[in-house]
Amino acid sequence: MAAEIEVLVQVRHLKKYFPVTRGAIIQRHVGDIKAVDDVSFDIHKGETLGLVGETGSGKTTVGRTMLRLYEPTEGEISFGGTDLMSLKGGELRRMRRRMQMIFQDPYASLNPRMTVGSIIAEPLEVHDVSRGKEKRERVQELLRVVGLNPYFANRYPHEFSGGQRQRIGIARALALNPDLVICDEPISSLDVSIQAQVVNLLEDLQSQFGLTYLFIAHDLSMVRHISDRMAVMYLGKIMELTDRDEIYLNPLHPYTQALMSAVPVPDPLVEEKRQRIILEGDMPSPAHPPVGCNFSTRCPRAIDICSEVEPEFIEVKEGHFCACHLVKPDQVA
Amino acid sequence: MSEHQGNRSSNILLDIKNLATRFYTEDGVVNAVNGISYALEEGGMLGVVGESGCGKSVHALSIMRLIPSPPGRIEAGEIWFDGRDLLKLSEGAMHHVRGAEIAMVFQDPMTSLNPVYTVGFQIMEALKLHQGMDDAQARERAGELLSLVGIPESFQRLDDYPHQFSGGMRQRAMIAMALSCNPQLLIADEPTTALDVTIQAQIVELVVRLQEKLGMAVMWITHDLGVVAGMARKVNVMYAGYIVERGNVKDIYGRPRHPYTVGLLGSLPRLDAAPGTRLISIPGLPPDLIDLPTGCPFAARCVYAVDQCLEAMPQLEEVEGEDHIVACWRWKHVAETHHGEER
Repeated sequence: MAAEIEVLVQVRHLKKYFPVTRGAIIQRHVGDIKAVDDVSFDIHKGETLGLVGETGSGKTTVGRTMLRLYEPTEGEISFGGTDLMSLKGGELRRMRRRMQMIFQDPYASLNPRMTVGSIIAEPLEVHDVSRGKEKRERVQELLRVVGLNPYFANRYPHEFSGGQRQRIGIARALALNPDLVICDEPISSLDVSIQAQVVNLLEDLQSQFGLTYLFIAHDLSMVRHISDRMAVMYLGKIMELTDRDEIYLNPLHPYTQALMSAVPVPDPLVEEKRQRIILEGDMPSPAHPPVGCNFSTRCPRAIDICSEVEPEFIEVKEGHFCACHLVKPDQVA
Repeated sequence: MSEHQGNRSSNILLDIKNLATRFYTEDGVVNAVNGISYALEEGGMLGVVGESGCGKSVHALSIMRLIPSPPGRIEAGEIWFDGRDLLKLSEGAMHHVRGAEIAMVFQDPMTSLNPVYTVGFQIMEALKLHQGMDDAQARERAGELLSLVGIPESFQRLDDYPHQFSGGMRQRAMIAMALSCNPQLLIADEPTTALDVTIQAQIVELVVRLQEKLGMAVMWITHDLGVVAGMARKVNVMYAGYIVERGNVKDIYGRPRHPYTVGLLGSLPRLDAAPGTRLISIPGLPPDLIDLPTGCPFAARCVYAVDQCLEAMPQLEEVEGEDHIVACWRWKHVAETHHGEER
C-alpha cells in the first residue's frame, strides 16, 4: 500500500499569526495570535484527511491558509508538485480551480440575491470555463449530482432548507472539477438526520469523481467515520496524525486519549463501562501559548520537561506521527 | 403553597398531561407541542431528545410558563408539579416556583448572563429574592456555590464579569445560579451544545455528581443522543411536537421501536464503529409545523409507512414487559425487522 501513495498536498512548517495591535491611530504591534503554529502534513491523492480539534485550535485557519485565503506567515505548501507560495495573481487564481471549499454556514455562504443557478455558475464564469447553453447544462448536471431537482436553478437560497443549501454549496465547489475539496465543518449546523444525508453524499461524490478531501470538524465520531487518516489539533499545533483505526485503537498523545474518552457513544451499555479522562480547565489563549508543550497546562501526565521544551512532531512508528515527550519511537510497539 | 390539592403521589414530581403549545404567527399557527403526557419521579434523570423544531425546548419553556405571549399560547393540558397545576397558578406564585423550585440552564451561557453585572451579583440576586438573605449571607452562599460547581478561587471570582469567564466556566456559573435555591427540578436545555467536547465532559460529570449529592430531578434536553446515553435513566424521543417513544435508556438505545428512533441512531456515526460502515440517513425533512399532516408526522420519511399511517396519528402503546411506550402503528413490525437483522 505504501508504494502506491501519491502525495497531492504537502504542507511544511505552516504558520499563521494574526497580529495584535494597540492604539487607535498609531497601531503598535504588541503580540501575535498564533492560530497555526508550525504544522506539517501530507494529503494523499484520493484520501480524506480529517482535521479535528476544539474551538480555537486553528483547524479552520489551516484550511483557509492552504488556499491562501489567508496569507501564511511562514511555511511551504506544495500542491501537485507546484509551490503555492510562489504563485501570484492570475497563476494563483488558475491554481484555485483545482482546490475548492465547502463552508460551515449554509445560510451565510450563499448570496441571498442570487439564484441557485447563478451561484453554481459563478465559478464557471469567473474562470471562463463555459458559457451559454453549455453552462446551463453544467449547472443542471451539478444539481442532479448533489441530489437536487435541476429545475431548482431559478430559485433563491431562502427557499431551501439547511441540508439542501449545503448541497448547493457542494455543487458550487464541484463546478470546476477540483482535485481537492476543503470541507470546513460542512455539517455542524445541520440536524443529525440531515448530517448523515450530506456525509453520505460527500462519500458518494468522492468515489464517483476521485476527489481528495480535507475534512475539518470538531465532531470526532464524524471525522473518524469519513476519514482515512486523522490529524488532531490543539492550540495551533498538530498533536497526533495517523490512520483512522490506529488513532482509535492506539492513541498515543495524552490529548488524543482525553479527547477520545470525552466523546459520548450513543449506547448506554458502552457508556457504562467507559472510563473518562476529564481534563482540568480550559484551552489557553493562542496569544499566550504556554512554554514547552502547548498541552502541558492541562496534561494529566505532564512531567518537568513538558513545560520547558517544546516536543517535536515526529514519526513514532510507520505512518503514526505524534508530538509528545512521553512518546518515543523506540518505546512504541 | 395554599393550593395543595389532589394528584399528589408519593414519588411523582412532575406530571404533564396532554400539554399543547401553539404559536400564532403571521404565517399561520405553529403546532409546536401537540398534546404530550409523561411523568418524572423525584430525583429522576430524564433525557429529552429530538432535532430542531421537535418541540423539546418549547415544552420546557411551557413548564416554566416562559412562553412569550403573544404569539405563543399554552392551549391545553395540565402540568402537575409538587401537587399543584402550574398552569393554574397566579403569576406571583409562579414567580416563586421559577428559580426556587424549578430552575433552568440554557444553551448559550453568554447570552443568559447579564454582561454588565458581576457573576457574584447575579448569583446573589436569586438568593436575596427567594431566600431573603442579606448581602453578607448571600455572598457567602454564592462563593460556596461557585466552589461546588468547581470554580477555583471561587470567592475572588465572584467579582468577575461574565466576559472574564470562559464558556465552560460561564455554564458552571449558570448551574451555580440554578442550584442556588435548592430546586427540586433542574431543566437543562442543550447546556453543552455550545461547548467543546472536553468541556462538555466536565459539565456532564458535574451535573451527574450534583444530582447524586443534592437529590434533585434533572431533565436534560439535547439533540445529541450520545450525551444522554451515558447519564439518563429515562428518555423521551420527540418529533414534530409529539413524544413518539419513551422508555428506559437501555431499551431506547438497545431495542428502539419507533422508526424515527431507529433512523436517528442509524444516522449517528459511532466512535467505536468498524471501518467502512455507512450511515443510514433518514430521507427527506421534518414536516412543516404550520401544516402538519393528518396522520403520523413521520410517515412521509418512514420506510415502514403504510396507508394507515397517512390517515391517523397513532396513540402511544405500551410494549409488553418493558416500561416503554411507542406511538407507531407498525412498531411490532419495526421491532421484528430491525432487531431481526441484528441477530
